[in-house]
Amino acid sequence: MAQVSLRKLVKAYEGGVQAVKGIDLEIADHEFVVLVGPSGCGKSTTLRMIAGLEEITSGDIAIGGTLVNDIPPRDRDIAMVFQNYALYPHMSVFDNMAFGLTLRKFPKAEIKRRVDEAARILDIAMLLDRKPKALSGGQRQRVAMGRAIVRDPKVFLFDEPLSNLDAKLRVQMRTEIKKVHQTVKTTTVYVTHDQIEAMTLADRVVVMNHGVIEQVGPPQELYHHPATRFVAGFIGSPAMNFSPARLEGDAHALRVVLPNGTALPVPEHRAARYAPYVGRPILVGIRPEHLTDKKPTDKRNIADFPAIPEVIEPMGMETLVHFWMDGHEISARLDPTCPVSVGVPITLAADMDQMHIIDPATDKVL
Amino acid sequence: MADGTLAAPRPAAIDGTRANGMQRFARRRSTIAFLMALPLLLVVLGLVAYPAGYGIYLSTLNRRMTANIGLGNYEILFDSDTFWDVAFQSCVFALSAVFLKALIGFWLAHMLHHIPAKGQRKWRGMLLVPWVIPPALSTLGWWWMFDPTYSSINYILNIFAVPSVPWLGEAWWARSAIIIVNVWYGAPFFMIMYLAALKSVPEQLYEAAAIDGATSWQRLRYITLPMMANIISITVLFSLIVTFANYDIVRVLTNGGPRDLTHVFASYAFQVGILAGNIPRGAAVSLFMVPMLAVCAFFVLRGVTRRNKEQM
Repeated sequence: MAQVSLRKLVKAYEGGVQAVKGIDLEIADHEFVVLVGPSGCGKSTTLRMIAGLEEITSGDIAIGGTLVNDIPPRDRDIAMVFQNYALYPHMSVFDNMAFGLTLRKFPKAEIKRRVDEAARILDIAMLLDRKPKALSGGQRQRVAMGRAIVRDPKVFLFDEPLSNLDAKLRVQMRTEIKKVHQTVKTTTVYVTHDQIEAMTLADRVVVMNHGVIEQVGPPQELYHHPATRFVAGFIGSPAMNFSPARLEGDAHALRVVLPNGTALPVPEHRAARYAPYVGRPILVGIRPEHLTDKKPTDKRNIADFPAIPEVIEPMGMETLVHFWMDGHEISARLDPTCPVSVGVPITLAADMDQMHIIDPATDKVL
Repeated sequence: MADGTLAAPRPAAIDGTRANGMQRFARRRSTIAFLMALPLLLVVLGLVAYPAGYGIYLSTLNRRMTANIGLGNYEILFDSDTFWDVAFQSCVFALSAVFLKALIGFWLAHMLHHIPAKGQRKWRGMLLVPWVIPPALSTLGWWWMFDPTYSSINYILNIFAVPSVPWLGEAWWARSAIIIVNVWYGAPFFMIMYLAALKSVPEQLYEAAAIDGATSWQRLRYITLPMMANIISITVLFSLIVTFANYDIVRVLTNGGPRDLTHVFASYAFQVGILAGNIPRGAAVSLFMVPMLAVCAFFVLRGVTRRNKEQM
């Protein structure tokens, strides 16, 4: 068990392209940290640098307090699960799982004990004699995890391990991974581009974009208090709605005026914070789940939001309604029983306690 | 009349069914595939099956090819010391040459694999040169280099105070010279096959092995070699067949000498069959390698099939 420290970590490729631009991150012992971001944001490169598969250009990586910059992967005491599993096709499941221990000259009895234990945890005991070819995608994923577990390493590294699975299996394996972490409690760094995976698995989520860390925090904090427009738009599904707007009024009665003239009152406790931006162009962001057909009786800061639905998507447990406001698509989450038709105006309820105001000059959430 | 009216349509119906059946047969994918492969099958039959069958028939005839003597030619060969020398030399030559070609080819492929793509093409082209020169021509070059009077190899050895070597004059050195030339000519083939195989091993397997704790030697032993096993087997089998049947290098370099000690099956079969005019016995010599290679091919291909089933 160990903590992982990344200090001023930089990865630059030939030609000067910087994949990772000097990130700092402290991962605590036993913590499950998920690096999330779009393709090319540097998350996989960061993970591969922790693994020792990618040389670092500058900065430091420490695992368990030991600087590992120049230590080869085999001596870092880490285990990694790859996107395409990377199982050895010529070895049986047992041999795949035992390979690392065999190389480290563990006694045969101990290898068998560990493999059997991991196979029991992952429910793959009946597959130990099979070759990877004879396994389904989900079973291969379990074997890859088993290979990591038997090593009992200081750190688990997962590189988009669920990307190759179908949607149903992905949900199932997500639960399995969480269960395994709760059992073995090994420090885990997990890379994904799927923000739902990040939110459901992580103790802390690290949102990366263009080689820098945009925000680090527990899933709920990122959801409710995004630091930047990128994080606000990346976390949450469907994504947050953004619209250019203007702040009007004074510190006592501020309102957000949308391009179509709709005025949304700003909650009193936020007015002082936003006052310096009165008269300046801003972006207003509100999540689809905070733009609904129902007015909660226990909330005060609810504003009417007129809309004319243009696309309606019944999802069963909810209905998504899409409409366009001055060229910007806005989505709302409605109760499935709500009568709604394309082209028929409705009045939605915007939860102004949950809206965010972004400075377009800095893309920071105010 | 009524009977005739009733009976008349029957042959037409049968013809119709037969025509439909023929059309269905002609349209079947297996029929089309067979027809498309037929030209190749005819070539194989004409150039492989017929000569092989005729060779077996020839080997059962007497020297004048006037009477069938059954296995008489084989019995005479089994009693001949020269034949057993040829058999021994063929096995030593083929096994050592193939082993060295595989080893050097693998080493070259491994080195090339780790050269950046730009430089790799240049080196790959240069290393393939021995393979693209006609072997009879390149062997002539080697013959000059091994020449007892003007040997450039001996000249270089002498510079380093190493005494001259009777390359083509003594059996051991002559055998070594044949192997050297064959390895020089054949190693690039192994190199190019192994390079293709190396490129097909997923990089993530090496990364997984590195994280599992494998050293570079262990990655070679536990990942590279097993992943290349099929290509290695097939290349070795193919090369074994070609090397066993090698003729041109021996013919140009030593012509079987000294004292018939460097003959291999093919050159000995030529000497016995064509030069000495005993075609049936020459056929018997050349057929001797078939069962040995067939056994090799059986085991190698069985291994390939098994691995394919397990891994692919």
